[in-house]
Amino acid sequence: MPVRAGVTIPTLLSPERRSVEFRARAAALGPVRESGGAEAPHHGPWSGVFRFCEVIGAVDSPRSAARGRTSSALAAGARPWQARGVPDQTLPLRSRTAIAAGRAVAAASRALGRGRGQVIGGRVMLRVDPQLLARLAAGMEVTAVSATNGKSTTTRMIAEALATRAPVAHNRTGANMAPGVATALAESRAAPFAAIEVDEAHLPAVAAATHASQLVLMNLTRDQLDRGSEVKMLADRWRRMAETLTPATEVVANADDPMVVWAAAAAPRVTWVGCGQWWTLDSALCPRCGAPLARPASGWACPACGFARPETLWFISHDADRIVTPAGPVTPRLVLPGRFNVGNAAIALAAVNARGISLDAALEAFSQVSDVDGRYVRASAHGREARLLLGKNPASWTEMMGVVSDSAALLVTVLNARGADGRDPSWIWDVGFEEWAGRPVWVAGERRFDLAVRLDTAGLDVVGVSADPLAALELAAPDQALDVVANYTAFQELRARLVSK
Amino acid sequence: MTAGELAQPSTAGGGDAGSGVVGIVHLYPTLMGTYGDGGNVLVLARRARARGLDVRLAVVGPGEPAPEDGDLYVLGGGEDASQVAAARELRASGVLARAVERGAAVFAVCAGLQVLGRDFEVSGGAVEPGLGLLDATTRRREPRAVGEVLAEPVNGLPLLTGYENHGGGTELGPAARALARVVAGVGNGGGASGDGLEGAIQGRVVATYLHGPVLARNPEFADWLLELALLAATERTGADGAGCGRLAPLDTPFVAELRAEREAYARSGKLSAESARTRR
Ligand SMILES: [Zn+2]
Repeated sequence: MPVRAGVTIPTLLSPERRSVEFRARAAALGPVRESGGAEAPHHGPWSGVFRFCEVIGAVDSPRSAARGRTSSALAAGARPWQARGVPDQTLPLRSRTAIAAGRAVAAASRALGRGRGQVIGGRVMLRVDPQLLARLAAGMEVTAVSATNGKSTTTRMIAEALATRAPVAHNRTGANMAPGVATALAESRAAPFAAIEVDEAHLPAVAAATHASQLVLMNLTRDQLDRGSEVKMLADRWRRMAETLTPATEVVANADDPMVVWAAAAAPRVTWVGCGQWWTLDSALCPRCGAPLARPASGWACPACGFARPETLWFISHDADRIVTPAGPVTPRLVLPGRFNVGNAAIALAAVNARGISLDAALEAFSQVSDVDGRYVRASAHGREARLLLGKNPASWTEMMGVVSDSAALLVTVLNARGADGRDPSWIWDVGFEEWAGRPVWVAGERRFDLAVRLDTAGLDVVGVSADPLAALELAAPDQALDVVANYTAFQELRARLVSK
Repeated sequence: MTAGELAQPSTAGGGDAGSGVVGIVHLYPTLMGTYGDGGNVLVLARRARARGLDVRLAVVGPGEPAPEDGDLYVLGGGEDASQVAAARELRASGVLARAVERGAAVFAVCAGLQVLGRDFEVSGGAVEPGLGLLDATTRRREPRAVGEVLAEPVNGLPLLTGYENHGGGTELGPAARALARVVAGVGNGGGASGDGLEGAIQGRVVATYLHGPVLARNPEFADWLLELALLAATERTGADGAGCGRLAPLDTPFVAELRAEREAYARSGKLSAESARTRR
């Protein structure tokens, strides 16, 4: 059987050569795609047509249309924020020493060009005073936000909205374990509010140490599997945390993620928000009894034990263009792209509303957010503009592919597999890239060949491969805009090179 | 059929696998697909179609019946709870046992390998019965085996490269033989200090601990599985053997670079691990 013409794409072209080829051929050389017509007819269990996005159900599963509107005594939530005098509590000497030592180390770290210093500074602070988190948080209303995806953006929205009322301590650079939180709280000691994003695995410890009065729980999906952080394990850990809570802590939780509901339902006070779940592969089984979950129009339910999506007063509309609140639907005016950011806005809205921020004020604040620590930023290099998008795991990468779908920009994908990324990048095969077959794509990063094989298999047109993603900017056509989707360390590096200067 | 009978790539037919229809059954991707193993099915389908073969693909979800007339059944890796759910469903339906009985091929990865064996232990110490299609037993193994693997296949295929991530040690019985010998990494991890074996073959049942996905990194391995599936398809349809034989070579962009890079990395890791042992 002859190899079909077009299957073979030269693989060892120099970047220059590829670039020339890219400019010249545009979309002339079609992707390797199976020609239609010869598919088996649809009968029995055979699907006939091969579409990976159907397999994983992750790309375009329709949202359930109608949402229930049953009242929950706890859901209305409009607990007005009591303005309080900013307490100028004098910290113990030990704590002040800790903060000074931490600041010094952070400054030294910055001076040495070793990053922004929040983590190492915070580590020093906590070593000098292990009780520092509790002492710093004592005068604050702490909102802790956690999720696999969207926690930085949602925390940012919450911080912006709270800031319309009073100063907010906020770990805005994403240092989201105890040291980063300590640094953020120490930097804004007088703030009555704290909005902190917290790593999923560290949430129980940080929430306890800071006596967080509000926990925002959004989603749990696969991420860094080589660390053995199984989704169900994290959900169980969150659940054990929720069991220890008192009604003094409000949990604001995504009703659409069964793993989150499993955890949050153990808390005594929960506000449920339907902020969407498009990645369902990590919640195929009932977290309570292990039976396969059903996905009825109402969201999700376990046919075996009855565990089901709680009803919500807050939820996003079917088309993710509006947020329904207990006071009626509102329209978010987000600069940030993507339906998942509407979901982020919905849960942020419910959270800040419970802190006494009006819907209007909150939505106005959300609309001011145009980028989140480099995400969505438009940076330029070599005279070309690139939009930076973070896709750190299959769920977020799938969302980012949705964001770039309608864009005329050249897609540049960048993949590393360092410790912070997870050493095993095989999750790229969980992203339904098949939906973008035929699209030209440049592939870069330390694991570019893994990604190139993946994208080529999906039928994308791999027009260039380079270790350095900036080669794509350098070699693209002069007026070519670029959308760069990069995973965690690749993104950090790009941001450092393009944005932080 | 003995364990080794299909271990050599078939040489009949001489380069044209003919115009077969091959039925691939992807079992429980929502349960057993944690480490990108769904990619194996994508690679199989694409490589089959590139040779002009018609691919019928069935994707079977939990609670759904699997087709009885598949030629290649594929089962990926998964977390404990998913693995137990998959094992119970497959034991209850008996579909894989019947498929193997009539000559269909089965390909399983990691937790899928464990499910095909006689039994396997999950975290917490419970031992769950498997399907008994492989003469293999799995017990918990400390520490967890995580990292790059290189393994030399026993059947003359090129060096296997992949990524392992498992807390099980699998011991093969006499009816099964290993797929490969470990060059770097752990592999099956049977025996007290690891037996240096990787994967298992028993008749047309083939299993490995390697993710990557393994068939994306090892296209010749994918083709060998397709040849097994074609053989099964030929027998199933009663055709006169036109569907048997070797598949024509297929150039796969970027795979050579990927393999070279992963092999170099795995070998350097092995060297540093050995020198660390020497220093101690
Ligand atoms: Zn259940």
